[in-house]
Amino acid sequence: MDLHILWFVLLGVLLTGYAILDGFDLGVGIVHLTAKTDKERRIYMNSIGPLWDGNEVWLVTFGGALFAAFPDAYATAFSGFYLPFMLLLFALIFRAVSMEFRSKTTSRKWRQTWDISFFGASTLATFLFGVAIGNSIQGMPIGADKEFLGNILNLLNPYSLLVGALAVATFAMHGSIYLHLKTTGDLQKRIYRQMWRTYGFFLILYILTTMYTLVSRPFVTHNFENQPWAWLVVVLNVLAIANIPRAIFKDKPLYAFLSSCFTIAALTFLFGVALFPNLIVSSLNPQWNLTIYNAASSVKTLGIMRNIAFIGMPFVLAYTIIIYWIFYGKVELGKFSY
Amino acid sequence: MELSVVFLSRLQFTLTIMFHYIFPPLTIGLGTLMVIMEGLYIKTGNPQYEEMTRFWTKIFAVNFAMGVASGIVMEFQFGTNWATYSRFVGDVFGSALAAEGIFAFFLESGFLAILVFVWDRVSKKMHFFSTIMVALGAIFSSIWIVVANSWQQTPAGYHLVGHGSIERAEVTNFWSVVFNPSSVERLVHVLIGAFILGGFMVMSISAYYILKKRHLEFASRSFTIGLLFATVVSILAPVSGHFAAEIVAKYQPPKLAAFEAHYKTGKGPTGMYLIGIPNTQKQKVDYGIEVPGLLSFLVHGNLSTPVQGLDQTKPQNRPPVVIPFYMYHLMIGLGIFFILLTLYGCYLLWRGTLFEKRWLLWIFVVAVLGPYLANQAGWIAAEVGRQPWVVYGLLRTSKAVSPAVSGGQVLTSIIMFGLIYLMLFAVWVYVMNEKIKNGPEEVKPDEMIAHKGGILETAARLVNPSGYSMTGAREKRDIDNNDQN
Repeated sequence: MDLHILWFVLLGVLLTGYAILDGFDLGVGIVHLTAKTDKERRIYMNSIGPLWDGNEVWLVTFGGALFAAFPDAYATAFSGFYLPFMLLLFALIFRAVSMEFRSKTTSRKWRQTWDISFFGASTLATFLFGVAIGNSIQGMPIGADKEFLGNILNLLNPYSLLVGALAVATFAMHGSIYLHLKTTGDLQKRIYRQMWRTYGFFLILYILTTMYTLVSRPFVTHNFENQPWAWLVVVLNVLAIANIPRAIFKDKPLYAFLSSCFTIAALTFLFGVALFPNLIVSSLNPQWNLTIYNAASSVKTLGIMRNIAFIGMPFVLAYTIIIYWIFYGKVELGKFSY
Repeated sequence: MELSVVFLSRLQFTLTIMFHYIFPPLTIGLGTLMVIMEGLYIKTGNPQYEEMTRFWTKIFAVNFAMGVASGIVMEFQFGTNWATYSRFVGDVFGSALAAEGIFAFFLESGFLAILVFVWDRVSKKMHFFSTIMVALGAIFSSIWIVVANSWQQTPAGYHLVGHGSIERAEVTNFWSVVFNPSSVERLVHVLIGAFILGGFMVMSISAYYILKKRHLEFASRSFTIGLLFATVVSILAPVSGHFAAEIVAKYQPPKLAAFEAHYKTGKGPTGMYLIGIPNTQKQKVDYGIEVPGLLSFLVHGNLSTPVQGLDQTKPQNRPPVVIPFYMYHLMIGLGIFFILLTLYGCYLLWRGTLFEKRWLLWIFVVAVLGPYLANQAGWIAAEVGRQPWVVYGLLRTSKAVSPAVSGGQVLTSIIMFGLIYLMLFAVWVYVMNEKIKNGPEEVKPDEMIAHKGGILETAARLVNPSGYSMTGAREKRDIDNNDQN
């Protein structure tokens, strides 16, 4: 396989892994305030306690791999998105601090403050991811020298804001389904109703975004002409979205969760297909697009990295499976909990 | 100095990297000590070692979380603030970062979850394995970072492609990049610095418990392990430092000249200042105490050949002198202090009077600040001494920033980082203080084995392993088995 395409695919895999895994823990943060009592909020936080840190490593590895494989895209995107990325970093730091800090004293005010900051940081981080994806699809003012020429207002356009909202709704649904798996009793019953509500929001925003995309950015389907099999993913995506309520209704929460994972994977995949072979689209001149060829490292480096990835990936999958296997089951609050 | 994007980006990098580097050296050092302690537990079955491993794991986890939170910033900051640098080094440097993510971070974060959250749900062996993996993960990540940084100091295994703003370095030989001239020597020195910090942290908290007469059994054993470990690595530090400095002398002579404030090459042997005040205007050292010929001896192995001074380098390529000189000397002074302090501690341990010397224990409580300072000072000397280059001889720091970013944006982010890091630092101090206040859980008296004597005997037993009671260990295992039935 062409190494450039291989790395495009591997970055897609890392992004998908990140979206699925950190997606549910960001989602738990987005719905955090729907938990009423202190104990419920502790259950929410402890459901992701041992896992969020490892989930964020997917983002770190995605960043490292983007830097290594496509340094120009890394440099352009991160310096162009300067303030949004800084906000994202602050949000991620705040989330970590909120979880670590909340349990340290029993004062009500103290805990409420960290609850709100946990919710706010999770929502902001998710929203910014969505905005970044929206801007990637619609293109940014990139000059001939591969540098970003716009300002922050270029990034806050209606389309990207809509994708940001879709990201929040998707992760809220994903997180609610996850919480349903991890809880019992009355709390689980309330989360059951919440799953339906978040699914509703997701569905509305999904349909809106799809329509907006197809009407105003028809070029997103250009790759489907050469690769008709990609339509299959669209069909599977719709089936997965339809399967979520079916599984919830039939009281099979694990299937619902897997369907939601698949939905996120399919959306990430379709994002990749829409973009390919570009990494960053210039809204000024298509010749100035950063592609997987003109923004890449040398073929030699891509080859070295392929070897590193092929040695490392089995280990990564092995520990991920071991960790999730050990932590499978309902949340129990113990002496090691938050 | 005007507030240019270059100045502000450097300021932000300094702030974020120095804050980040509070945490990784501690996790590297402590991780290794946890492996030693849990290894002793597996070997002896004494629950005291289990309790020790648990307690130090808690301290480890707090610092690891802070390291992750502040480390994500580091990784993204290359792209946000140093876009030109990222384009230039991506082909070379990127592989190291990607390898770090795949080999180190997944390992560390995954197994740490087992250590922290499910101690009781996995077998002893699985737990020990996880501890080893976490410690290895911490070391792996330092390997890749030091390799990348060393490549910036002594680039190798690359060729330059393109011209002007699109010029970049591309890998020609991966192993020459990994084993560039300075990477092994610098890695060893970085790891030793981290090990010293780990040992001093264990001694600091343990000495505090002994002074407060809390957890005596736990504290005396921990202190002893920390002391023996810190003594060995403190003695190794100047050895590895010497090898690292030889590499600097060979590949970056202006940097060594800056470390030593060696302005004029001269004709005869070059001396070395133990202390002094570098005077940039007059190009000499004021109020210095100089050992004649020492630098020539260290660099060339003789007392006659002069060492290259800053005057051999074009003015526009010279590093600043004041900061590297002070930081380098601070690091060396602290290194000598560590050796003297730990050797004296070992002497008293051998005499059996260590834990009676309250004044000395108080010194050990605060001495942990020393390795923190020494680690930071060494890195400041290394990084400022590389200036004006970001990649030595290839790319100037002033040319490496992001063209798309304005000074105002960087100023905004510095202020935000400043505030958030202040808060994070407060969180860290608070949480560490809580963990230390709560302390380890006491091992129940009926679970204790073979330590009816006081703390002095415990310490003596640690120095003399043949004092262990094997039967005692076996009895403990029987008790465990009975409990399970």
